[in-house]
Amino acid sequence: MQIDVDIHPGTPDVAALFPYLPEHWRDMSVMRGITDLHSANYPDMTPLAARPDWRPPKGRPGTSASLIASQCLEPFGTNVGILNPLFPVQTFYADDLAQAFASALNDWTRAEFLDRDVRFRGSIVVSLENVEMAVEEIDRCAADTRFVQVLVLAGTARLLGRRTYWPIYEACVRHGLSLGIHAGQDFRNAPTALGWPSYYLEDYVAHAQSFQYQLTSLFCEGVFNRYPTLKVVMLESGWTWVPALLWRIAKYWGGLRFEVPWTDRSPEEVVRDQLRFSLTPIDGPDTDQLRRVIDHIGSDQVILFSTDYPHNQFDGIDVFPTAFDATLRKIISDDAPRAAYPRLGSLT
Amino acid sequence: MARHVVAAAADFPPGTRRLITINDRAVVVFNVKGEYFGLYNKCPHNGGSLVQGVLTGLLQSANPGNYTYTKQGEIIRCPWHGWEFDIRTGQSFCRAIRAKARPLPVRVEPGSDIVEGPYKAETVEVRVENDYVVVEA
Amino acid sequence: MNTPTGIWDGDIHPYLRSATDLDPWLPKQWIEHQRNYGSLRQTPLVNGSAYHKSQPNAGRRDAYPPEGGVQGSSVSFLREQLLDAHNIGWGILNPLVASQGVRNLDHSAALCRAINHWQAEIWVDAEPRLRASIVVPYEDPETSAAEIRHWAGDNRFAQVLLLSRTSFLPGNRRYWPIYEAAAEANIPVGIHAFGNSGWPVSSSGWSSFYMEEMIGHAQTSQAGLTSLVIEGVFERWPTLKLVLVESGFTWAPSLMGRLDKHWKTLKSEVPHLKLSPSEYIRRNVWWTSQPMDEPENRRYLADIFNWLGWDRIMFSSDYPHWDFDDPSRVIMFPATHEQKHAFFTGNAQAVYGSR
Repeated sequence: MQIDVDIHPGTPDVAALFPYLPEHWRDMSVMRGITDLHSANYPDMTPLAARPDWRPPKGRPGTSASLIASQCLEPFGTNVGILNPLFPVQTFYADDLAQAFASALNDWTRAEFLDRDVRFRGSIVVSLENVEMAVEEIDRCAADTRFVQVLVLAGTARLLGRRTYWPIYEACVRHGLSLGIHAGQDFRNAPTALGWPSYYLEDYVAHAQSFQYQLTSLFCEGVFNRYPTLKVVMLESGWTWVPALLWRIAKYWGGLRFEVPWTDRSPEEVVRDQLRFSLTPIDGPDTDQLRRVIDHIGSDQVILFSTDYPHNQFDGIDVFPTAFDATLRKIISDDAPRAAYPRLGSLT
Repeated sequence: MARHVVAAAADFPPGTRRLITINDRAVVVFNVKGEYFGLYNKCPHNGGSLVQGVLTGLLQSANPGNYTYTKQGEIIRCPWHGWEFDIRTGQSFCRAIRAKARPLPVRVEPGSDIVEGPYKAETVEVRVENDYVVVEA
Repeated sequence: MNTPTGIWDGDIHPYLRSATDLDPWLPKQWIEHQRNYGSLRQTPLVNGSAYHKSQPNAGRRDAYPPEGGVQGSSVSFLREQLLDAHNIGWGILNPLVASQGVRNLDHSAALCRAINHWQAEIWVDAEPRLRASIVVPYEDPETSAAEIRHWAGDNRFAQVLLLSRTSFLPGNRRYWPIYEAAAEANIPVGIHAFGNSGWPVSSSGWSSFYMEEMIGHAQTSQAGLTSLVIEGVFERWPTLKLVLVESGFTWAPSLMGRLDKHWKTLKSEVPHLKLSPSEYIRRNVWWTSQPMDEPENRRYLADIFNWLGWDRIMFSSDYPHWDFDDPSRVIMFPATHEQKHAFFTGNAQAVYGSR
């Protein structure tokens, strides 16, 4: 079986969410001219935003279930695809507006994709502006077992390890949902710790650092200790940076343990037990070095197959590094994703 | 194994520490609330000198936000990278750290059992009823 | 392992013994200003960091000079405990005394000038194995360029020093006068971890723990290096030498891979770049080694050295800080004599040359 953990359905515009928005929000959107949310994380026309053979003549890629099935599921032999919508509902500042749009997006995912093709699974998108409301949304959507994870972005207002966000992890554990952290900023902070880059290329490369700060925070704050069954998946994060970070965390942990006395497993152990990374993009040349990085991480269970459709990360259907043998590819495609998503566990 | 005298117990009050050399290796001995503990001085991490470290307690937590603080004065932190060792056992407290510090048994012995050390049995100050701090190594 | 002779140490931190140490080179106006207002940086506290260190002054507890004063404040004790004890034949001073990043730009400039004098006259003149770094008020790039030109001919200074947490990414054009002056004078630029950018210390807000702040320097340096490359600083000044100090280096092969991959896709955005990012990095950038990572399997470090290049990493101690590296304990995996020589001596010689 092959599972693709990072597929992006395209939301064409705000009107696409109207069937799922309460009437006053629809009318306010029309009145105010809120016609679209065009994310600065993925400006539509950059060469990265869509592979040429996945870019339609007009409009956004991946806007229908049948299109994604024909372009992304079938060519790769994928049996199950997890959808991670990137329509930037997290950019709303007002609690109620943010929550209304997040709910609408989740209902759109359900109606347009989950209901139309049994191979799809969904992610519950939440705004972190109001944690109570985020938990209500998770509780609301969790009843539908086709939702397998809660989705947040790698760049957030406060680091994800902070206790303010723990009710969300509580809800994840309660419902058997994984926590998916996807590349991108909600722009409550600048893209880097030194402010705003000049170029989109820098913005995109900077996501890897955002993930590193988040991993460090989750470890230090004790999220993995408090929620030992929570699975955290880093999506479109790259993974070649992982070993260097784990070594650095372990080194400082030796002398600074007193600051974080609840930490009871090493960073390497925590990654092996609870943290996963999607395969694409592969941030390195296609050499044996990539296989060696897996050795450095210390586990062959941590990478999960993904195409990152429709982003332009590779050509053709050759997703894997050449150095990954058949055994490793099978773990990445099948065993590891099932283990990372408790709600996939019953798949046959 | 031989016994080495560190000091007269009366000269080695609580809260103090002594560095001695035994078989060419530095050993640090602590008096913690009247009990004596000895460790080989070289930190198993990178060789820092434990005698120059600070004694603290052990901060632990079963759950983020909860703290238990025990073994006050019984944890030595290496003066370099701050690794923590229980001076009773040499045990370290972080799973980043594989190594233990090496403890040595330290006892207080009556003066009549002394056989060697910087205090020679024949010095005039020696009294049979005095207690001496002795290290076995 | 035996330490080779004549080690070059890329990172030593001198400290003031007393608040009045800089007075010989500070105009009276600034002495009074300092007394009344302090050196105000982009921080909540007048002195020190709100990320409180794990040990006083972030220093080794055994590094207090016998004559008194904080760790790193005594030339004679530094000579004894670092240079003589570890066979250091050449060492570069990176003062972290509040000066750069002080918000009052005139005050910042005055402090930098005084600290440069202090380094040269109190430290380098007294100890020929030491070299100074030209500290500059980097948020005032034109004044910084003038400060660089002021000391450029003085061989007591081996590099220009910037801190990693600047108010804008270091490749941003506002800082280009600094690189221009350094390149023109053929002096390397060292960027050392710390400073106070005014932004939270991570891209998702303020971290909670000092431990996170320390780990986070690696990520901040990645963003800084990315900026220098993508903005085209190395394209504009092909001979500029850039040293990342106390930033870690094991992250570098991965960042180079990531930069190259996404540059290939997004090349049309940055037509000013004529080489790939990793080509610029391999040509213009070096790293100091401290803090050396400690994977369980030390041979993984050999992989990093091989991937990055044995010609790119230079030994540093970070004396007298608590997380310092002892040169005899830093290469704990098989390495050839040539490789160790490059690491302990040859690479620094290539970067700092005759200075």
